[in-house]
Amino acid sequence: MTAPRDKLGRPVVVVTGMGIMTSLGNGKADNWAKLVAGESGIRTITRFPVDGLKTTMAGTVDFVSVDPFSSTGLSERMAELVTQEALDQAGIGAKADFPGPLFLAVAPVEVEWPQRRELGRAVGRPDFTYDDLLRISGGGKYSAYHHRFMFGSVAAYLAETFGTKGSPISLSTACASGATSIQLGVEAIRRGETDAALCVATDGTVNPEALVRFSLLSALSTQNDPPQAASRPFSKNRDGFVMAEGAGALVLESYEAATARGAKILGVIAGCGELTDSFHRTRSSPDGKPIIGCMNKTLADAGMTPDQIDHINAHGTATPENDKMEYNTTSAVFGDLISKIPVTSNKSMVGHTISAAGAVEAIFSLLTLEHQRIPPTINYDNPDPTILFDVVGNKARDARVTAVMSNSFGFGGQNASLILTREPA
Amino acid sequence: MTETASKPGQTEVWITGIGLATSLGEGLDANWAALQEKRINVDEKGFAPFVVHPLMPVTFDSQIPKKGDQRQMEAWQRIGVYAAGLALDSAGIKGNKDILSKIDMVVAAGGGERDLNVDTGVLTAEAKGANAPGFLNERLMSDLRPTLFLAQLSNLLAGNIAIVNGLGGTSRTFMGEEVAGADAARIALSRIASGESDIALVGGSHNGERKDLMVLYEFGDFNLKNKFAPVWARKDHAGFALGSAGAFLVLESKAHAQARGAKPFAKLSSVVTDLARRKQSGDMGATLEKLWAKLPKRAGKGAIISGATGAEPATSEERDFLKGHADVPVRATGTMFGHTMETQFPLGIALAALSISRGALFPPNDSTGTEIEMQGAPTQIVVVGAGHWRGEGMALVEAVS
Repeated sequence: MTAPRDKLGRPVVVVTGMGIMTSLGNGKADNWAKLVAGESGIRTITRFPVDGLKTTMAGTVDFVSVDPFSSTGLSERMAELVTQEALDQAGIGAKADFPGPLFLAVAPVEVEWPQRRELGRAVGRPDFTYDDLLRISGGGKYSAYHHRFMFGSVAAYLAETFGTKGSPISLSTACASGATSIQLGVEAIRRGETDAALCVATDGTVNPEALVRFSLLSALSTQNDPPQAASRPFSKNRDGFVMAEGAGALVLESYEAATARGAKILGVIAGCGELTDSFHRTRSSPDGKPIIGCMNKTLADAGMTPDQIDHINAHGTATPENDKMEYNTTSAVFGDLISKIPVTSNKSMVGHTISAAGAVEAIFSLLTLEHQRIPPTINYDNPDPTILFDVVGNKARDARVTAVMSNSFGFGGQNASLILTREPA
Repeated sequence: MTETASKPGQTEVWITGIGLATSLGEGLDANWAALQEKRINVDEKGFAPFVVHPLMPVTFDSQIPKKGDQRQMEAWQRIGVYAAGLALDSAGIKGNKDILSKIDMVVAAGGGERDLNVDTGVLTAEAKGANAPGFLNERLMSDLRPTLFLAQLSNLLAGNIAIVNGLGGTSRTFMGEEVAGADAARIALSRIASGESDIALVGGSHNGERKDLMVLYEFGDFNLKNKFAPVWARKDHAGFALGSAGAFLVLESKAHAQARGAKPFAKLSSVVTDLARRKQSGDMGATLEKLWAKLPKRAGKGAIISGATGAEPATSEERDFLKGHADVPVRATGTMFGHTMETQFPLGIALAALSISRGALFPPNDSTGTEIEMQGAPTQIVVVGAGHWRGEGMALVEAVS
């Protein structure tokens, strides 16, 4: 038997339920089958006109219907579905009675164009000012939009639907949000505040303005044709990330609580780390120290050394800067070991699910541990000669995997890493 | 009732820094003086019929020296970075690289100041018949400023604070309107109390002078219109007047503060939060009673600082809850500062700590009798924050014995 506490005397935190949705499909089985088969979920956008956009493809989730449609509504619906999948697997609590808090990574919420246009049409004349929009907003006609566009609305809905306890936390650490939601859950269990936590991350924000925003920052790939080949992590001809939608949910429990109720343990969150980069709003410090520090903090948190990590699930966005910086920093942490550690980027297939990515990739990492098979990095035909990772290129690889490091880096200097293992150390 | 209460006790957590930039002024003295004089800075005309509490102008250069940094932010972020800088100054750690490189940040933020000219331009062009499929895309590609997105992202308030002040610990941004401010304080307190963290910067900022926000709240008829009144006197004329403010706190373990010779304003003993379902009248009040009961037992000279918004039915439910504790003097920050959304709860903690450190609660400012005079120095102040739509929180701020 392994100890219910880790090397630092804290409760060991295990995963007992997982749910996932990406552009590849709904659920763990479908996603995993397509992921190891090297399928891409990236396609030309059909949800709205793409005329005039530099980037016309994304990893959209088009098989979930939301009416009336909004990005926040889609985020909510995806979060609900993945949470249900995770709870079904965990078999914890009772229906609408989850015995712990909710930590939700969600994209920042704002009134969206369909609703703004509805308001514009309601003014009823061709010339108007913003004050005219404001004047007709009240009176109760649009009261549902108030609720829809509250930042806390998705979390409130999930909390009420699944009966999570206390005040649900909605959080954003940009592209690291999913990892942060897991970290908050781990910390709450380690502090002894709860035996279980529901960590959910969701992002359904492929809409015109979001694409334009990232385009204007020159962050997106413009290799639109064929869309499946756009996301090229670690390749010489990578030119940006591909926006994508998805959601992931994890049921975390203390090892003690999980074993006491006979739950199947799917994996262990052995370590979490986070370190802020104060260099620039969108660029990492050129010396990479904050990212290096983040990975080292995570190793220390797990009580592990670099030689114990046998796979890295990279942030791997396929932006020219990220992948280079990720290699430089990772190799600084792992030294000579780096050439022997297989590295992959799920974003080559599912795109960058932004707020959800940290959780989506943590789940893929746990599935990697379960299946002892590493999903490929597709579109890896033209390796960047300056990135000397052992990239699992194009074809999945069977491997002995006992501990995975999963990295997430975001705008605003957000860096977060997780270490996931099969068994408690 | 569900347990999300932090469990302090292992380590006492002190409030060693406060930064305020509000409609009443910048800094502790200016805000305290305005409260003593019952001075309210309210604008009934600039956004008529909507009432706002505009920011008292500040010189951003003093906390954000690089113009380039200021240009990368919209007002809500500039206000927050400014207030955060004041808090670091107040704690005596501005420029202290050893501490700033490890300080943890939990920020409560909204986001997204929009470019109203771009929005209106698109909508009026469409009203005049622009209906090509790519019209919106093309206008946004050409009209949006490339860096506006960064001024809209919620976590870029924290990002800008880190950049301007060189912070290098952890950085978490909580969203979710009023209760996000309470949860930010709760998580920071839990982390310090449990030894996960030694020192944290906690707070939020809000620009209330925004028509895009007024549209959002007008959807729910939450805006106060035409005439200002104290929040307790708005029952028949309900609504909140948006306020501009930044409020940040430096929270620190007692040991960490003592080791560097820092003096506390007060200690933060407990923060509890919950999500009432608010399906029926009384649900929210019942949750407030439960939170009240969960706070540590209190025997000292007490007071309540409420973040009541003036919106209904939440304000009436909170008033009913307060009637059950009518012996405790109450102050509503919404009357003096307006409703600053995510910032209201950190602002309440700041004013509680300030009142305790200055040995007096600020005077009532209310025509309904809900707020009563208080004699003597408060030693225990409960901060109450009930969101206009969802989310409830309470904190206990106490004198350091």
